[in-house]
Amino acid sequence: MAATSERTARARDEQRLGWYLAGPAFGVMLLVTAYPMLRAVYQSLFSYRITDPDAREFVGLRNYVTVLTDSVWWTDVFTTVFITVVTVAIELVIGFAFASVMHRLVFGRRTVRTSILVPYGIITVVAAFAWRYAFDLNSGFVNDLFGIESDVFANRWTALTVIILAEVWKTTPFISLLLLAGLAQVPEELGEAARVDGATWWQRLWRVTLPNMKPAIMVALLFRTLDAYRIFDTVFIMTGGAENTETVSFLAYRQVISRTEIGLGSAVSVLLFLSVLGIAALFIKGFKTDLSQVRGE
Amino acid sequence: MAATVALLGAVTLACGGGDDGGPPTLNWYINPDNGGQEALAERCTEEADGAYRIETTALPRDASGQREQLVRRLAANDSSIDIMSLDVVFTPEFAAAGFLRPFTEEEAEPLTEGVLEGPLEAAQWDGQLYVAPFYANTQLLWYRRSVAEAAGIDPAEEPITWDQMIDAAEETDTTVAITGARYEGYTVVINSLVASAGGQIIEDPDAGREATPALDSEAGRRAAEIIRRLGRSPAAADGMTNAFENEARTAFEAEDGGFMLNWPFVYSAAKSAVEEGQLDQSVVDDIAWARVPGVEEGEPGAPPLGGINFGIGAFSDHQEEAVDAVRCLTTTQSQIEYMLGEGNPGSRAEVFDDPDIREQYPMASLIRDSIDDATPRPLTPYYTDVSGAIQRTWHPPGSVDPDSTPADADDLIVGVLNDEQLL
Repeated sequence: MAATSERTARARDEQRLGWYLAGPAFGVMLLVTAYPMLRAVYQSLFSYRITDPDAREFVGLRNYVTVLTDSVWWTDVFTTVFITVVTVAIELVIGFAFASVMHRLVFGRRTVRTSILVPYGIITVVAAFAWRYAFDLNSGFVNDLFGIESDVFANRWTALTVIILAEVWKTTPFISLLLLAGLAQVPEELGEAARVDGATWWQRLWRVTLPNMKPAIMVALLFRTLDAYRIFDTVFIMTGGAENTETVSFLAYRQVISRTEIGLGSAVSVLLFLSVLGIAALFIKGFKTDLSQVRGE
Repeated sequence: MAATVALLGAVTLACGGGDDGGPPTLNWYINPDNGGQEALAERCTEEADGAYRIETTALPRDASGQREQLVRRLAANDSSIDIMSLDVVFTPEFAAAGFLRPFTEEEAEPLTEGVLEGPLEAAQWDGQLYVAPFYANTQLLWYRRSVAEAAGIDPAEEPITWDQMIDAAEETDTTVAITGARYEGYTVVINSLVASAGGQIIEDPDAGREATPALDSEAGRRAAEIIRRLGRSPAAADGMTNAFENEARTAFEAEDGGFMLNWPFVYSAAKSAVEEGQLDQSVVDDIAWARVPGVEEGEPGAPPLGGINFGIGAFSDHQEEAVDAVRCLTTTQSQIEYMLGEGNPGSRAEVFDDPDIREQYPMASLIRDSIDDATPRPLTPYYTDVSGAIQRTWHPPGSVDPDSTPADADDLIVGVLNDEQLL
């Protein structure tokens, strides 16, 4: 009896200590993330410009109606989704190939892993500049190499292609690292057993390897999709949003920073946040059903 | 946390430095140039004889970046901005927002004495002087003498219209270069065209948000017709839809160059290109200039107005000293020095009588008269939005439709100003 109460007292103390230790960090987190978010939600209900503070007025959800009924928003959403889907799809395939190579390597592992990671270590803005200059109409070596005579950034689809290429180049290492971790978790015996049963390489890949690393794939997909959906730097540097290459983050930036339209811009930001939440929810739902399937086996 | 506090302390110290003892330091936020404003700051610090020291801080390179940074700082009541170099189009916005300290009538007198009509109009808001005119700018019609001769026109003697200019270029297989990229320079062209046709983009720019756009008018449709014609003409310079000032200059200097609307910097730029061996002297010899073309025969063209003026921060702790400094920075002498060094025309008429200026700029009188007659872009606190709406609806030039584009632009301007549409 005495021992139990002692233990609960101790547990209570530990819990309190835990709060003392984590509390400040939690408080700072609230301050720097929750506060700006709530503030943005609040601001989005006003018609408000920094340069005309006296004209500020409460407009309820009107800003949201404005955004959602405007073709600019939907063009930008389409552009963003297009970049996201294409980028993540390409990265998944290339990333998996890289991961397989790294997984099989017997010697020089560390060197290969490090060198594959180099693009990911480069600052996005710097990488975007490098790609922009590579395709520059006057001085770009790529144009020279392939005899391209028109400005690739002057057309929506060619500009988007270069943006996607730059993104793929930069973040494939990230996805391949996550997939490498997943590959390491697939038991070797399963592959060997399948081989003994006469399964081809293709069958082993689809029936054994991939199903066993589904959670790792899901995590990689989730992280990269959320990341890609918020793309800003590359577009900002390469086209400045011209030729319909503007993304949703860019739209929010322009309304808030360039136009100092705090109300309308906050509404765009909140909608961006909600769509990111939606994507995360979708993935986590998919992720959970997978886990239960694994458990059911 | 402790580190953050220490860091904040350091920043505060750095900002407040110079206030303890010694003359006050005036922070002057300048648009980047080749050192001209820095040199003026040094000279005026010397002339102040210990009353104040001027230190310059460079803003971003493009005008919209400069505006963004200044707005962000001033919206937070930044007292470290004593003087700022402000592009001429942002004066109403900054004045209406209370970011600028207006000059008293007494202070205004020496700042506006002998200032040309165009820049003087653009420096005021609500009947008060908010910025001190410094350098003014305008565009001229630059043409190749040989091309004009071949086409049988003489724009310097007999003003031509846009249609005559495009006709001449088409006849002689040469080009017309304008700043046709989707950016501010394109609004400059459209504003000038609409004004030349006798119209205006905004009827009542003072009304701010409730302003009435007036592009859907006879003048707006005429401007659209010309832009469309040029956009679809074989005389449109290569890459016109992506041309900024420098691209237009390159097109004009090319073998098939004929006509160009551009700022006076192109003349000194062409001369330096010759010195660097990138351009033949015969091209420079062939360059001639005239007032920008008109829209209807017999009606003179409306030159655009650009330039940089100096404003005093409304939250500055040293406003008295800043007024003195601005007076020194904008004297006729300062403007002459700046024009000789940087190629940007002064805003006072006297500047153009200076012998050195006349030698370096043979077209000095034309520049002066064009600045005097210049039509500013709409003087509205919502200028950035108005210009953005025009760029979106009027670009690319070849797709402009006189029957719908001006009306679409009007609708977009109204929608954007009233938070009913995104931009």
